[in-house]
Amino acid sequence: MRQIWLVAGSVFKESVRDRVPYSLVAFAVLLMAASYLISQLTAGQDLKIIKDLGLAAIATIGLLIAIFIGIGLVSKEVERRSIYSLLAKPISRASFIIGKFFGLVLTLAVNVGAMTIAYYAVLAYMNWMAEPGVRQSWPAPATDVRLAVPIVLILAQLTVVTAIALFFSTFSSPLLSALLTLGIWTAGHFNADLRNFQAVVDSPPAVYTARTLYYLLPNFASFDVKTQVVHGDAVPPADVALTLAYAVVYVAALLVAAVAVFRRRDFK
Amino acid sequence: MHAIKTEGLTKHYTVGFWRPRPYVALDGLSLEVAPAEIFGFLGPNGAGKTTTLKLLMQLVYPTSGAAWILGKPVGDLEVKRRIGYLPENPYFYDYLTANELLTYFASLFGYRGEERRRRVADVLDQVGIGAERRMQLRQFSKGMIQRVGIAQAILNQPEVVFLDEPMSGLDPLGRRDMRQLMMRLRDSGCTVFFSSHILADAESLCSRVAILAGGRLVTTGRLTDMVGFELRGWELIVSDVSREKLAALGTRVTRIVPLAHGRFSLELPPDPPEALIAELARHGGRILSLNPVRDTLEDLFVRQIAASKPREPVGA
Repeated sequence: MRQIWLVAGSVFKESVRDRVPYSLVAFAVLLMAASYLISQLTAGQDLKIIKDLGLAAIATIGLLIAIFIGIGLVSKEVERRSIYSLLAKPISRASFIIGKFFGLVLTLAVNVGAMTIAYYAVLAYMNWMAEPGVRQSWPAPATDVRLAVPIVLILAQLTVVTAIALFFSTFSSPLLSALLTLGIWTAGHFNADLRNFQAVVDSPPAVYTARTLYYLLPNFASFDVKTQVVHGDAVPPADVALTLAYAVVYVAALLVAAVAVFRRRDFK
Repeated sequence: MHAIKTEGLTKHYTVGFWRPRPYVALDGLSLEVAPAEIFGFLGPNGAGKTTTLKLLMQLVYPTSGAAWILGKPVGDLEVKRRIGYLPENPYFYDYLTANELLTYFASLFGYRGEERRRRVADVLDQVGIGAERRMQLRQFSKGMIQRVGIAQAILNQPEVVFLDEPMSGLDPLGRRDMRQLMMRLRDSGCTVFFSSHILADAESLCSRVAILAGGRLVTTGRLTDMVGFELRGWELIVSDVSREKLAALGTRVTRIVPLAHGRFSLELPPDPPEALIAELARHGGRILSLNPVRDTLEDLFVRQIAASKPREPVGA
């Protein structure tokens, strides 16, 4: 267990010293600040726009960090051969993979945390600037604590994306890993359509394939509760718990697969 | 118990994308290395030295055969605690300082707190890295990275250390330090297994060597048994004597090579050279040096490599 945390700490240290996540988080904060200006052009919808854009910025920047760091987690070590001296130390290949995963999840959590603070700061400013009458017309307060729900689910979704990127990183090149991860991320958002494929196609093999893909691909639509929360609707806690449990199971399955592939790998 | 033992260790790779075909990187290597010896693993480029070391570190898996380190199968985590490894042309995390890298590796070995700090400082001192230890590795030269590589290989006070081309990238001072370090390790009871194609290093350090060519073991044994160190002749440097006078010595000189400033290098047969030296002196010649020419590891190496069969395709 200690070895896993040591590897995770090393990944975190690397990302702290890398300028890319800083620039991305800075870009997200700028985007949130800009959303305040955009909101001035839309009478009555200003708060919703800020909330929507802010959550979208957190999700997009988090996705970029997850994919572009995740795809290099293993392949970069193999390419540069830094893995040779590391795996000669008393550390199993499984601990190495799991440590890499938790290191990136920790990095994502810190970055999402930083963006969340900036998000609430913009919303607090909005709240402070608004007239009392305008405030009363909002379906939910500006600094609604329930906004934490979509943010937690965004982080859970990013954790799944990290596991996918890491899985591909164990056997393919960074470019191919990025394309495959982006492909799965996109397909994962339209996963629900695959479930009812028989409604649009008659071919049984196509329906069977679609149903198999439905179970194999991640269902990212269930992680997206942004619209509900922004409109002040409640998200049932049971749904959130189920989605989080789904993420845990999906990540565990991907990590088992990544370890299985990585254990057999030759480093030529 | 042997420090290292391999039995029929074989590794085939598949090469080629459109028409994949097998390539024998290592073919049935059986080897035994005793504790507390410096063992030289020699061979030309592509002989299979690095593949063997990767198999011993379980960075690649054998196609067939097996290997043991300190009596346990390779890859055993308990064994990894007791060994060190320097890869060929090592690369480390360049965002870390030398101090941070070694602290990270020391933590993997279970060192903590003050003991870890002292151990890291001690090995960095041993490899001659001073104030640079607080610089990020991206600012290090190739030779400095090699020194860091050596430091991480001896960090855990290993019982067996594997060094893949340890002299690579080191300047003459660094190579001298490396030789001294290897001898210190041996004297402290550590087995040193090092691969090299620099034969002078192997000759000055090793008690036993193995020569590999085309993925096969060509020969192995004690250096003193393999290289007879028999006298093959003499090399005499002489001046103040004409070329004609030297030519008149006939078959008593096998070769005459003119050097700068009127000097000549003479190759003589193994017979005692005193009479010849006296004759040269009578002709006014001045003897500058006389050195015995003996069989060297290089001679043995060249003979063995020339006699070895080329690599065969799998199934041939």
